[in-house]
Amino acid sequence: MSFVLTEDQEMLRDTAMAFARDELPLTHLRALRDKGANGHDPETRKKLAELGFFGVIIPEEPGGEHFGLVGLGQILEAQGRTLAATPLLQTALIAASAIQLGGSKAQQAEWLPKIAMGETTFALALDESAHFAPLNVATEAERNGQGYTLNGMKRFVPGGHDADMFIVVARTFGEAGDRHGITLFLVPRDAKGVTVQELKTVDSHGAAHVTFEDVIVGEGGVLGPVDEGSDVLEPVLDRAAIGQAAEMLGSSAAAFEMTLEYLQSRKQFGQLIGSFQSLQHRAAKMFTEMEMTRSCVAAALAAVDAGSGDVAELASLAKAKASELVHLVSNECVQMHGGIGMTDVADPGLYMKRARVQEAMYGGASWHRDRYARLNGF
Amino acid sequence: MAYDVTEDLDAFRAETREWLEANCPPSMRTPMKDNEIVWGGKSEKFPNPESRIWLERMGEKGWTAPEWPAAYGGGGLTKEQNRVLQEELRRIKARPALFSFGLWMFGPALLEFGNEEQKKRFLPDIVKGKTRWCQGYSEPGAGSDLAGLQTRCEDKGDHYLINGQKVWTSYADKADWIFCLVRTDTSVKHEGISFILFDMTSPGVEARPILLISGESPFCETFFTDVKVPKDQLVGRVNGGWEIAKRLLQFERSSISAGGFGGTGGSGILGPEEYAKIHVGTDSEGRIADGDLRGRIADHKMYAKAFNLTVQRQTEQAKAGQQVGHTASILKYGAAKMNQDRHELLIEALGSEALGWEGEGFDKSAMRATRGWLRSKGNSIEGGTSEINLNVIAKRVLGLKDHQ
Repeated sequence: MSFVLTEDQEMLRDTAMAFARDELPLTHLRALRDKGANGHDPETRKKLAELGFFGVIIPEEPGGEHFGLVGLGQILEAQGRTLAATPLLQTALIAASAIQLGGSKAQQAEWLPKIAMGETTFALALDESAHFAPLNVATEAERNGQGYTLNGMKRFVPGGHDADMFIVVARTFGEAGDRHGITLFLVPRDAKGVTVQELKTVDSHGAAHVTFEDVIVGEGGVLGPVDEGSDVLEPVLDRAAIGQAAEMLGSSAAAFEMTLEYLQSRKQFGQLIGSFQSLQHRAAKMFTEMEMTRSCVAAALAAVDAGSGDVAELASLAKAKASELVHLVSNECVQMHGGIGMTDVADPGLYMKRARVQEAMYGGASWHRDRYARLNGF
Repeated sequence: MAYDVTEDLDAFRAETREWLEANCPPSMRTPMKDNEIVWGGKSEKFPNPESRIWLERMGEKGWTAPEWPAAYGGGGLTKEQNRVLQEELRRIKARPALFSFGLWMFGPALLEFGNEEQKKRFLPDIVKGKTRWCQGYSEPGAGSDLAGLQTRCEDKGDHYLINGQKVWTSYADKADWIFCLVRTDTSVKHEGISFILFDMTSPGVEARPILLISGESPFCETFFTDVKVPKDQLVGRVNGGWEIAKRLLQFERSSISAGGFGGTGGSGILGPEEYAKIHVGTDSEGRIADGDLRGRIADHKMYAKAFNLTVQRQTEQAKAGQQVGHTASILKYGAAKMNQDRHELLIEALGSEALGWEGEGFDKSAMRATRGWLRSKGNSIEGGTSEINLNVIAKRVLGLKDHQ
């Protein structure tokens, strides 16, 4: 395992950090929010495509070189710093992974170039309840003459309000809770019977409830093995959790730096508040947690690229640690800013709102703690 | 060029492997027994005679201190060669030939701050395990506020005269020499401290072991009454000892935390999840039946994993020449928390099995866990309290200011 970036990855990181800082600062999210864009941002999407950020884990030739998940992790960390709403996690990571891991040659040839060019965006339609539970799938896919008929509803699909395509997790056998009997489908947003209810979310990124009513999907729309879709879904969800954790690390780091700056400038009782030991110790503890989380995220990203056997364990570790970190840091960011932290004009609230969405996606800390225990045999 | 380096390393690996094969005695390739740890020095009894042979051979090569210069008895290896050596030692599961405060703390500091004569005089015997050192830092009135130390060191012309008391001096009753912080100027605080070395058999030195809440301990109270010390045994300049003291503390914190306090490994103690499965029981899916305890054990295991990954990351980044900064305090703080949490969970999982003290009726390893739990309370006190380490992180890493 390597914790040291290659020269190419280092350059990619620098580019991504500069792009987030210069083109996607927090004021950008604020402006989008204030005009009611709800995360729609076609211009940013175009710029991300020009930078090649959609194709970071997609080689130009099959089997060719790419920056790996470590590379993509740097970009997600950078966008996390400024809370940027982009389709990268859904499209460049989740869809690219799902199609690479489960797609047929024809599907890969059709979709991977479109993803890499930023032409088509995707959203993973998975959850059906208010909590992450990847086996709790009741959305039905029934065999018909030409393929399958989908019926069901997916709740809080991240990026769902803005995606061109859905990867729908549906049930072809058994009942909700069974691992066997899950199948993945590629469904265009404009397919007949697909209804997208756009959601205005607390983090201003937006999401959607998506309803499938007698949606017809041809055989070519089946992604991966029938009934054994969990074999593809599980590694994809591990990668999603790792990517989300990388983004959360960025958000935590930025919120922490903002807090530190405030501690070094705000005066009370004639002293910088950062000279008070109670605040110093809390800041030091946050920093310690951040260093540890950074190690977990880096290890998890590298493990995917190395094809190690402990990806699942490291994914749960990274997501749980990052969830706890962003929770702690965003709360402390508001608290240490005092009254100003409660105002809309200041930024701490934006980090806290986004943090709760990040924590919930792909399993929160307690979900991953439970899984970590199971993976370790207790 | 890079090609040659690799080739040289391959050759070094082959030679090392061959040498270890020929020179590492069979019992030195078995797991360490608690009573066979070799600390060296005149009090060393070598209960396993092969450990003496192993120390002599490793000491001769300088491989107890692989990266120290050969001129001072060290191995003179490069970082890369040392990495190969450690890999080869791990490969045959070789025991460390020597445990030593001289190797871990005093030696690195002397290499930086000592004069040529001092390095030549003291370092080779550390490498060979002939001299065992102890650390005279804390005093009854100077714990966290170490710079408040008051052990007096007076210049008597041709020698120094030392009077005072140290406490928490690990193995003072077994050590041959002491590296000691003393006050050479009473009118200032940090700027009045010197770093001095002397023989523990000098007239006027007395060490008394301290009994801890966990039972017997290596710690001592150490008393100095009119101890005469030759003038060439002061390291650095007079009143310049604080800088050396701080640097040495970094070495100490790194060596403590790199091992995460060593847990309670090697003594047959299981992990908290194993004890919980046995004493609390499991549900139909094999999960620990007490969900709350299970969650807390998982939380601890994840913290431990994150800690180990952080040690690994910082080692790799340091090797790659990247600035790692003041990480010693971060790791020291984390190691203390990790080891204390682990022991609390161990005894919680063991239930009444963990409430024995001695004699029959209790599992021996459970009693060791209980002693370990009590001992672990010191982890957040020794080598800089957790609070002091948080101060260091806040001030030196985060740049937060003191009160004006």
